[in-house]
Parts: sequence; C-alpha cells; structure tokens
Amino acid sequence: MTANRVLAGIGLGVAMTVGGLAPVTAFAQETIKVGVLHSLSGTMAISETTLKDTMLFLIDEQNKKGGLLGKQLEAVVVDPASDWPLFAEKARELIAVGKVAAVFGCWTSSSRKSVLPVFKELNSILFYPVQYEGEESEKNVIYTGAAPNQQAIPAVDYLMSEDGGSVKRWVLEATDYVYPRTTNKILEQYLKDKGVAAEDIKVNYTPFGFSDWQTEVAAIKEFGSAGKKTAVVSTINGDANVPFYKELGNQGVSAEDIPVVAFSVGEEELAGMDTSALVGHLAAWNYFQSVDTPANAEFIKAWHTYIKSDTRTTNDPMEAAYLGFNLWVQAVEKAGTTDTDAVLKAIVGLSVPNLTGGTATVLPNHHLTKPVLIGEIQADGQFETVWKTDGDVPGDAWSDVLPEDKGIEADWTDPLTGCGHFDTATKTCGAAPAP
Amino acid sequence: MATRILSLIALLLAMIFAPVTAMAQDDFAAQVNALGPGSFADREKAINALVATGDERVPPILQALSDGDLYIRKVDAKVLFGTKAGGAFALKDPVDGADLGTAPSADIEKVKSNNGLRGKIRTAIGKMTLLSTDGAARLSAAQNVLKNADPAMLELLDQALTTEADPKIKSTMELARAVIVLKTEGTLEAKRAAVETVASHGDRAARTVLANNLDSAPEELKPVIQSGINQIDGTLVVWDVGQNLLYGISLSSVLLLAAIGLAITFGVMGVINMAHGEMVMLGAYTTYAVQLLLQAVAPGLMEYSLAFAVPAAFLFTALVGVAIERGIIRWLYGRPLETLLATWGLSLVLQQAVRTVFGPTNKPVSPPTWMSGTFDLWNISFTWNRLWIIVFAIAVFAILQIILNRTPLGLQMRAVTQNRRMASAMGIRTPFVDAMTFGLGSGIAGLAGVALSQIDNVSPNLGQNYIIDSFMVVVFGGVGNLWGTLVGALSLGVANKFLEPYAGAVLAKIVILVLIILFIQRRPRGLFALKGRSVES
Repeated sequence: MTANRVLAGIGLGVAMTVGGLAPVTAFAQETIKVGVLHSLSGTMAISETTLKDTMLFLIDEQNKKGGLLGKQLEAVVVDPASDWPLFAEKARELIAVGKVAAVFGCWTSSSRKSVLPVFKELNSILFYPVQYEGEESEKNVIYTGAAPNQQAIPAVDYLMSEDGGSVKRWVLEATDYVYPRTTNKILEQYLKDKGVAAEDIKVNYTPFGFSDWQTEVAAIKEFGSAGKKTAVVSTINGDANVPFYKELGNQGVSAEDIPVVAFSVGEEELAGMDTSALVGHLAAWNYFQSVDTPANAEFIKAWHTYIKSDTRTTNDPMEAAYLGFNLWVQAVEKAGTTDTDAVLKAIVGLSVPNLTGGTATVLPNHHLTKPVLIGEIQADGQFETVWKTDGDVPGDAWSDVLPEDKGIEADWTDPLTGCGHFDTATKTCGAAPAP
Repeated sequence: MATRILSLIALLLAMIFAPVTAMAQDDFAAQVNALGPGSFADREKAINALVATGDERVPPILQALSDGDLYIRKVDAKVLFGTKAGGAFALKDPVDGADLGTAPSADIEKVKSNNGLRGKIRTAIGKMTLLSTDGAARLSAAQNVLKNADPAMLELLDQALTTEADPKIKSTMELARAVIVLKTEGTLEAKRAAVETVASHGDRAARTVLANNLDSAPEELKPVIQSGINQIDGTLVVWDVGQNLLYGISLSSVLLLAAIGLAITFGVMGVINMAHGEMVMLGAYTTYAVQLLLQAVAPGLMEYSLAFAVPAAFLFTALVGVAIERGIIRWLYGRPLETLLATWGLSLVLQQAVRTVFGPTNKPVSPPTWMSGTFDLWNISFTWNRLWIIVFAIAVFAILQIILNRTPLGLQMRAVTQNRRMASAMGIRTPFVDAMTFGLGSGIAGLAGVALSQIDNVSPNLGQNYIIDSFMVVVFGGVGNLWGTLVGALSLGVANKFLEPYAGAVLAKIVILVLIILFIQRRPRGLFALKGRSVES
C-alpha cells in the first residue's frame, strides 16, 4: 500500500511540474486572452522557456501602454512538455477552453505540424517564431521566423563570395529530422545549380542529442584536406551543438581554415559554452543581439529590466516573437476585433520596424520580409555582423530552388478564398504534397 | 630584412634628430589609428601599411586585432589595447605602452575583424616573427607561412633555415619552403625535390599540398606527385584504423563511466533504476556548482576545481542515492515494474527540479588548461580531455574492483547479493548494505557526471542521453559482472566507431542495436553470465 502511495505522490509531483492550464494574471474585468504554447519541460525547454518569458514580457509592455481595444491582455501559459502530440492537445485546450484570441508558440517543425489540424478545425491563429524549412503556407499560421531563402541560401551565397572565402567544397552536417533534411535538400540542389560537383558535397546526419563527435570532426578535417576551400553548413539541433563545437575547438579546426556556418546556434546556445576556441565561426540569422540600433538597444534594456538580469541574452526567435506580437496588435487594432478571419484579412500588408533596421511586412504568403545577417562568433559569446543583405528579403514559402516547387505561390490576401499552394502554371490550387 | 635595416637606420637617424622622432611617433600613431574607421577593405590597407613599417610594435597590435582586444576610444578615435577588467576595460596605448586607465564599455568600440582579415594578419605576423629569438613564436610563424605559402617569403625562409637549430621548426620551415617552390616558377629539379620533401612528411596536410598542385604541375612532374599522394594515402589507411580504434576506446571510456554505476544498482542489486541518468546529471551540476563556489571564494584554485568536484559529486550523488533507496526503492524490492515506473517518475521530478533551480539553459563548465587542446599521436590528433577521461574511467573501475573484492563492505555486498537470507542470518544488516550499495552506484554515476561535464552539455537533459546506452552496456556485458560491463563498453564503443565512418552515425547506432538484440536472443544473460541470483529470487 505504501508503495502505491509513493507512486501516487510521484505521479502528483509529475503532474504538478508538467503543469495544467495556468492563467498568469486574473483580472476582474474582461480581458483579451493570448495563448502561449511553449515547452517548459523536456528537451526543448532549453530553447522555448525564453520565448515564454518573452511573450509575458511583450504582453506586460502592451498592458503598460493601455492594453488592446481598451482591454487588458492576459497570457494563458500551457506546457506541452516537448511532446508533439501533447502540443495538439494543449492547443485545443487553449482555443476551446481558454478562449484565447491568438496563440504564440511552437519551436520544432514536428510540433507545428502536430497543431496545424487543430488550428484549422477551430479556426484560430498561430504565430510561429522560429526559422524553419519552408514548404508550407497555411491560412491559420503567420511565420515570423526565416524561410530557407532568408537564412540558408544567403549564408551559402556569402561563403561562396570572395568576402566569405570563396568556398568550393561543402559539408552539410545535420541532425536527422525534418528541418535539416528539407533544408539540405534545398541546399544541395542550390549548390548543384551553382556548379558545385557532387563529390564536393558531403552530407552527414547524426541522431538527436549526439555527443561523441570525434569521428565526424575528423571526417570534416579529412574532407577539408582535399585542397579546396571547405566550409561546414550546420543544421545540428539543440543540445548536440555544444559537444560538436567543443570537439571542433579541441581538434583545432579554426574558422580561418574550415568555417562552420550554423542556422540553429544563437546567443542563447553560446551562453553555455567557452567560445574562445570558436571565434570566427559563423551563424546566419535575421537578428543579433550585438546589432547596434536604437530600437534594439531599447528592446534589450526593457528585456533586462523585465527579466531582472543584465546577462540574459536576446536572440533571433525572440525578435520574431516580438515582430509577430506587434503585428497581431496592429492587425487587431485595424480590424477592431479579435475575430480570426477579420484579423487575418487585416494583417496581410501590415508592417512593423525590425529591431535590426528595415521593416517586417506580412506578405500574402504569411511570411515576413527580413534582412539577413551573417555574424562571426566573438570571444564574449556574441556575434559580430560581417555581412548583411541589401534591404529586406521577402520570405518564400515554396522554395524556387526545388524543381517540384517551381511556380508554386501562396496568397492569403483574402483568408476565405486564399490558397497556400497555387500552381501558377496550371492555375489550380492543389493540396500541398505530403512531406 | 632590407626593410628592417632601413627602419633601424631610420630609427637611429630619428634619435639624432629629436623633432623627427616626434614626427615618426605621430606618424606611427596615425597609422595605428587608421585601423579603426571604415570597412574591412580599409582595415586591410591599414594593416598592410603597418606591416610595411617593419616596426616591432606591430605584431602585438595585429595579434590584438585578431584576438578582438583592440578598441577605438570614441572621444578621440584613438585605437588602443583593451582588456576586460570587471565591468570596464583597462586601456593601454599600443604606440608607447602607456597605461591609460579604464573606460566603461559604452565609451569604446571594438575594432572588428573577420576570417579573411585574420588570415591576412596570420601571414603578416608570420613574416615579422620568422626570425624571432623565441622558439614558440618562430614555430607559429613557420606554421603561418606554411598555411599561406606566400612566394614573397622564400628569401626570408631560406635565411631562417640557415640558422634554425630546432628540428621541429626546421622541418616545418622546409615543408613551407617546398610548398612555396611548388607554387612558383622554378626548375623542374627544384620542384621534384620539393615534391619529395612534402611527400616524406606523410601527413594529411602534405597530402593537401600535393593534391592542390596536381592539376597545375608540369606534365613531367605529375606522376611524381601522384605517386607521392598514393604513398601518403597508403599510410593514412593504416592510421585511419588506429584512429577509429582510439576514438572507439575513448567512446568506450565514456560508456563505461556512465554504465558502471548502473552495473552496481541494476547489475548487482537488480533494481531497474531509470533515474540513473539523473544521478549523472546531478554529478555534472555539482561540478558546475563547485566551480561557481571556487570562483567566488578562491579564484586561484579554479585550475584545480576538478579535484574538489570529484569528491563533492561523489558524496552528493551518493547521499541522494541513499535517500532514494531509503525513501522509495526499499518499498519496491521484488516488484520490477513498480520500481521502473517509480524511478522513471523520479527522473522526471529530478530533471524538472534542476530546471527550476538552475534554469533550462546549458551551464558552462570551463575545462582546466591541462585538459584542453589536442596532442598529435603521429597522424592522429587526440584531445587531452578524452585521454584524461580514459584514465579516469580506468581508475574508477579499478577502485570499484578493490572496494568490491577487498573491503568488508564489498564482502557484505556480495554476500547479500548472492544469498540475502543467509547473509541476514550471519548478522549482516541487509537494509544497511542495500542503502550503501545503492549509494555507491549513485556516487559512481555522479563521478561520471564530472567527466561528462567536460565533453557534453551540462543541462537537465544530460542524463537522458546516456540511460539507454548504459542499460545496453550492462545487459550486453552480463548483469551483475563488472568485468562484463568493461568488455561490453569496450566492444560497443569500438564497434560503433568502426561502423560510423562507413555507415554514418544514425545507421551505426541502429546496427549496434540490432546486433545486441540478436546477441541477447542467443545469450539472454549477456557476455559474462553470473552464476548466482539477484536480490529477489
């Protein structure tokens, strides 16, 4: 019997930590509820917890300015615990039970794919703040992170240029899941279109959370010793990055010889590392904390005050969350209501200033315009911008690089009659092919 | 050299004509300050101008630029050395070395450099320090010259070679010289000799050089280069096997460390302990906490933080282990399913507790200097931290064997495992021994955490990555046998590393898993089956 009680106790403990529906603030008067769907436990908590804090911070700032439509905003935070099916359940809970006006959340593509049917069925809006593999455009989702043409392709262009070292040989080092697989498919095609021979491209996949990189790094060194300038394009995810960079540093792969450009390593990931051996390795993002603009300085200052720490970093998904939130606020003000279809109709064409300069405009395909920055890792764990696109790059949902996506467009200018996969050649709106 | 002599004469002249000195000084300062403004292209010009002066103050300035220690003071646009001192930066004049006090970070701006610029700086410093009296500086200069292979360096190299006594530096210089000869227009004979010099080095860098020159070489030379490449390839194949073996042993040592605690709790006691990974994680966090403490109390001891972390991690995780055994597991002996569920729940609770206390992000554990960097074992580069982990794993294994076989506690443990009732009848306090055994297993897991903090993330998820592998090693090696765990870890590690280059990491893991399943089918009790019984039977 005691054993059962102990088990029950543990069960309770787990339930409490994993958490249920927890409204953060409770107001007596009517409020507009905003859903926050980020993992606070499990493997993805490392990245997503900060985004939850960011959302609370943004909502707090908006409330200080007087709220929205004369009402206060109220955050409804749930914890999907890095469990993809649970994301769908929690999304349903937020929309159906919590009656939220919009949801800000998800990180991995798997979690986004998991909640899509729920948002379609219950007709709500998801703001998705992370760079992703593209090949998607949905009525109910606003993609505020980068599409491949806003991150991966410019990064490769930079490395091919004289400034970037005229790279001729490529290692695509990746974690084995949907984002790297799709990105690498696009990149491989792009490199081949640019005249890179097949033997000059090496693609290598490793499992999630991989920690023994000796063989891989030795293989990169060997591949790089063929006499042509070599670079590594890394779509290694999350936790596996730290041991990868440690091994790179330990084996003495310096950025001047073989630069590594990463798409998933930001200030937050570097905060847990000794970066002195990584100086010069690159990352491609649309935002760096180090970018020196008045808007960014103000944002960082307000964030530090809110989080009560001067050392907490800011990163690209935070900027994407910031843009998404402000666009939603504008759209609701323009529509005068939080009704999904009205907001979706109002949001296309709206723009807010990026923190790094330029403006983020919502395109008809529900992606944003963004500048692309290439940064080199510095000894203090920050990035130094070494290259920037001229002006903003519009996000492309269906990559023009892939032959099967040529001529495919998405247009949600009118959310009721729009199409996420319009074939301009046959003039038909087809269903998106299964990934 | 000519420029150096010239600059020396200039300096002498300047000494005679004092006003000119001031001017030269100003001139140099202006050249240094020119590093500040403008684009990377402008900065490159400024670097070239500085190098052309041949001044001996230039290499440290360029090195600082490359390291990111050069700053512009905003008030007067002066370029200065800056080192972080607390919240502010201590400034030093690069021209006369004068101390200029400190400035807050808002008043200064870093002089940016990029990979291209750092490459140029490396060449420039190589040029300027090739004749230095400091051996280390000469070696790094020679390596820089080798990397960039600038034909203009040939004369200087020849000069350096005549006086060089150190064989290692000399061989690097010879290689660099050969590379440059291959690049430039020279006689066929000179080139042939150069190819032979390069080929005789026989390492990967030499192969790169030869492969680079294969296409552009004159027809007569191509067969010579090709045979050089083939010769190097031949030796490299052998080295690859050695490298895989070494990497395999290194992976094995990590597996052994992670699994050996489990070999006690699961193997000896028969407790399916899903929270084992979290004990490893707690050990890693203890290492982090010890470093934080030392940094605050005695920063001078940071270099030896691991010496404190090892006993601290062992004691802390052992205590947690005893608490778990007394609080939860002892109620569940003989009920494997409940134990599995309870410890799994416990692992979630521990993870979330750590996440709440320390935050969800990775924590930095800085390695001591004697554990960072690589050393070359002929053609294999191996990292120091991996070597130390192998040593550490062997030490832990040996100590554990001694405890089990040579101490009263070990004797009691074995007695309880083999026949609990008889041991109890002989007056052994079996509950106490159970707690001690579980504490020992957990403590060893904590030690693994100290080692893993050097190569992996210190994050709440650390343990999860190792729990499956640990069970695999213990089951494969034979439950209840430490030697089995050792052999199991070794064979899994080495097999994994031999498969990885051919099959890729994902497939290698799957293949290993399938092989283990097949093996367990044939030998359900693992490699070294223990003749005895576990706690409940």
